[in-house]
Amino acid sequence: MNTRHAMAVDTVRCVGCNACVISCKTENALPDGGFRDWITTEVYGKFPSLWMQIRSERCNQCSNPSCVDACPTGASNVNQGGTVLVTRSKCTGCKACIAACPYGARYVHPEGYVDKCTFCLHRVNAGKQPACVETCPTKTLTFGDLADPDSAVSRLVAARKNIVLLPESGNKPNVFFLTASS
Amino acid sequence: MSLTRRQFIQIGGAALGGAAVASGLTTKWWGLDRNPIPDPGTEGDVVVASFCELCFWGCGVKAHVKDGRVTKVVGNPDHPLSRGMLCPRGAGANGMLYDPDRLKKPLVRRQKRGEDVFEEVSWDAALNRVGEGLLEVKRKHGPEAVALFTHGSGGSWFKHFMKAWGSPNVGAPSYAQCRGPREAGFLLTFGMPLGSPEPIDITNSRVITLIGSHLGENMHNTQVQELAEALGKGAQLVVVDPRFSVAAGKARHWLPIKPGTDIALLLAWMNVIISEGRYDAEYLAKHATGLEELKAHVADKTPEWAWPHTGIRPDLIRETARFIASARPASLIHPGRHVVWYGDDTQRARAMAILAALLGSWGHQGGYISFGKMGAPAYPISKPFPHPEKSVADRPKAGSYPIGGEVIASGLCDASVPGSALYDLKAWIVYGCNLMQALPSRKQTTDAIQALDLIVTVDILPAEIAGWSDVVLPESTYLERDDDLSAPAYKQPFLALRQEVVPPMYDSKPGWWIAKELAGRVGLGDYFPWKDARECVDTRLRAGGFDVAAARARGVVLGKPVATCVEEGLPVTIPTDSKKIELRSEQLAKLGFDALPSYYPQEEGPPGHFRMLMGRAPTHTFGRTTNNRLLSQPYPENEVWVNADVAKGLPGFAGPLRSGDLVMLVNQDGARSGPVRAKVTERIRGDCVYLVHGWGQTAKQLRYAYKRGASDSELVTRYKVDPIMGGTGMNVNFVKLEPAEQAV
Repeated sequence: MNTRHAMAVDTVRCVGCNACVISCKTENALPDGGFRDWITTEVYGKFPSLWMQIRSERCNQCSNPSCVDACPTGASNVNQGGTVLVTRSKCTGCKACIAACPYGARYVHPEGYVDKCTFCLHRVNAGKQPACVETCPTKTLTFGDLADPDSAVSRLVAARKNIVLLPESGNKPNVFFLTASS
Repeated sequence: MSLTRRQFIQIGGAALGGAAVASGLTTKWWGLDRNPIPDPGTEGDVVVASFCELCFWGCGVKAHVKDGRVTKVVGNPDHPLSRGMLCPRGAGANGMLYDPDRLKKPLVRRQKRGEDVFEEVSWDAALNRVGEGLLEVKRKHGPEAVALFTHGSGGSWFKHFMKAWGSPNVGAPSYAQCRGPREAGFLLTFGMPLGSPEPIDITNSRVITLIGSHLGENMHNTQVQELAEALGKGAQLVVVDPRFSVAAGKARHWLPIKPGTDIALLLAWMNVIISEGRYDAEYLAKHATGLEELKAHVADKTPEWAWPHTGIRPDLIRETARFIASARPASLIHPGRHVVWYGDDTQRARAMAILAALLGSWGHQGGYISFGKMGAPAYPISKPFPHPEKSVADRPKAGSYPIGGEVIASGLCDASVPGSALYDLKAWIVYGCNLMQALPSRKQTTDAIQALDLIVTVDILPAEIAGWSDVVLPESTYLERDDDLSAPAYKQPFLALRQEVVPPMYDSKPGWWIAKELAGRVGLGDYFPWKDARECVDTRLRAGGFDVAAARARGVVLGKPVATCVEEGLPVTIPTDSKKIELRSEQLAKLGFDALPSYYPQEEGPPGHFRMLMGRAPTHTFGRTTNNRLLSQPYPENEVWVNADVAKGLPGFAGPLRSGDLVMLVNQDGARSGPVRAKVTERIRGDCVYLVHGWGQTAKQLRYAYKRGASDSELVTRYKVDPIMGGTGMNVNFVKLEPAEQAV
């Protein structure tokens, strides 16, 4: 069975501290203003009856990645474990992928190519966790192989109530947001 | 035919693809070579273990160095406080190291104090100037006339200097401007202050009650780790906060209390727990005194009584009281940390401590537990230390603040205004704390500074206080220096090492070097016998029988985990004189204070004004990180939180205030902030506004942070002093909002 890299994000645990964001920026030497992950806070209701969800978000590493379909040069590609990567040398910075991504997961690097989350495959292949997962003080993030039913991420997605973002996009995201059971 | 956006983009993409094929033929990359997995190459050639100094929690880190540059700082899995995980600030340490605005050379003032005009000088010239200045003060006024304000681990060298110099006037704003009232309240009730890290067992709590604490935004790494762990195990939160904090968003119960009325709520909770017999009677019979007096005291403090004060419905007060009691003893009333709010803060801390006692949580798993401490022998110094002839000058001449565990930093400031205290302070050494933002009332601080003979600042950045100093000494960041051992009390006792990761940049110097050089210039060289910090630490480790090489490789030495609570075999210990929990405090009664906490209504603000509340963002440690370009990317400036309904009809505004609009804050005394963006939100009550502390810097040399956001400190022109311990309650200021275009 092919590996299917995926992530579970536990919104019960996440406090939105941005440790994932900063560790991603240093691990991947991102430019000023460039982000591969970010915090989204959603608030519903009227004072004092409020509901809030905080999410550590990144590329959803979709099974049907519209960004890859949209890429005219083959720079955006489905790589190891289904992870969507951008080959810099092939990217012209045309931004078709940015327009095609329903999640705003990509940005243009000042050097002219489009950049996005790689699930830190360079670390994963060295037997390590992605940088955001490693540093997260609340252990909100679980990375692993969704094709392996015994992996931690598979078990969490099976056991916990969860959502994906914009399921109607048809992109089949592989980042799952775990929510409270009640 | 109508195209969806997606179809359109795909068609556009196909057309572009055609163009790419054409160009690809000439540039030979078209689709033939494999798509590689990119490696950013940030893994270090050298990895050094140390502990963090972005805040004061002291988490263990591993710093990666490649080609002489720190590429990343990650958590040290062996360090008990980080357990391999870091908060954003810790991960953003290289934003501090490579801050282009760092202090680079020693500076000597060339114009009036506060005008921020300096000349770069050599270390020799700067240290000579400081040495001569200190000796002059000593000749005229005695050694006690020198005070040290310090915050951070490098301050230990300067505390040592003060011990050798012979002055007891060493203070940190982290007491009377932060956690002091809590320390006093717990000292009075349980016989000991809490200290840092707080000895609480969040992990095993089943109900955690936060009273004005916004843990999660207040990012003390280990505590946030434990909070998430507890939530993961199904623990429930009760959050009392005028603001729908991050923690409130996760809470079973959020009580949006009217600011300043927490004691009323706490008394009503006690009323319910006592009248319904939900307290731990057996525990109290064994360990506490004053229960009958407490019963009588709260008998009429019903939820119905508390309702008009707090704005919290009686049924919700009852339900939450029962809920909190249902989990005892694993029901944690979190003690909070920054608790200088209204000047009655020791009494509020007492009420929280008494509630914790009713739950029997002191000494029990999931409540207040006991930590152990590891030590290493001190470096041998043969010369005896002098005994200061005078006591600390941190209290007014008439005497007051009888319950004090630590020196009152604001009191040292007051003692610098001639004639205010038992004797006058004439010189300040300020290590790593921006007193302009840490102390209340900026005018009082600058008045005190103007009366000094000498003020010296040791810092890594040109903070506001540097602009008021005579001599500014550029310290190396924690990544460029060694320091003394860190050995906080914890359930897993440990020693942690601070180690130089890269050599000092510019002409900055480590704190140990500055203190030692200064000591040599004032005849105290014998008290600094070590070659350097590393030799000092190695000597201490060897004397303690520890393997130095292993300690340096690992960054920590772990002790044996200690029994922390009854469930682990440690009996309940109450170190008060009576060996009992003092629900009623005889000590307070003797001193003329309320022996049991009472609720007194706070003064209201003028019409059209909102109470100004301050807090923390997880990405920042007050003003210390606001110039950090890395940390400021996800959190670039503070915003003023305004209730959404209130924002619809603010006086002086042509239309409704919207998020992102610039406003000015003007307090009851006419003090004004710079322009700050509004955050219009349902997440706060309508009678208050909220700011994250540390922004609105007035130091021009902090080129990123200068005038960015609003300074709450500039708006704290008033404060109420806690008569029990001298804390400065700062939530007593009120602001109105003005559109920014009205600004002059």
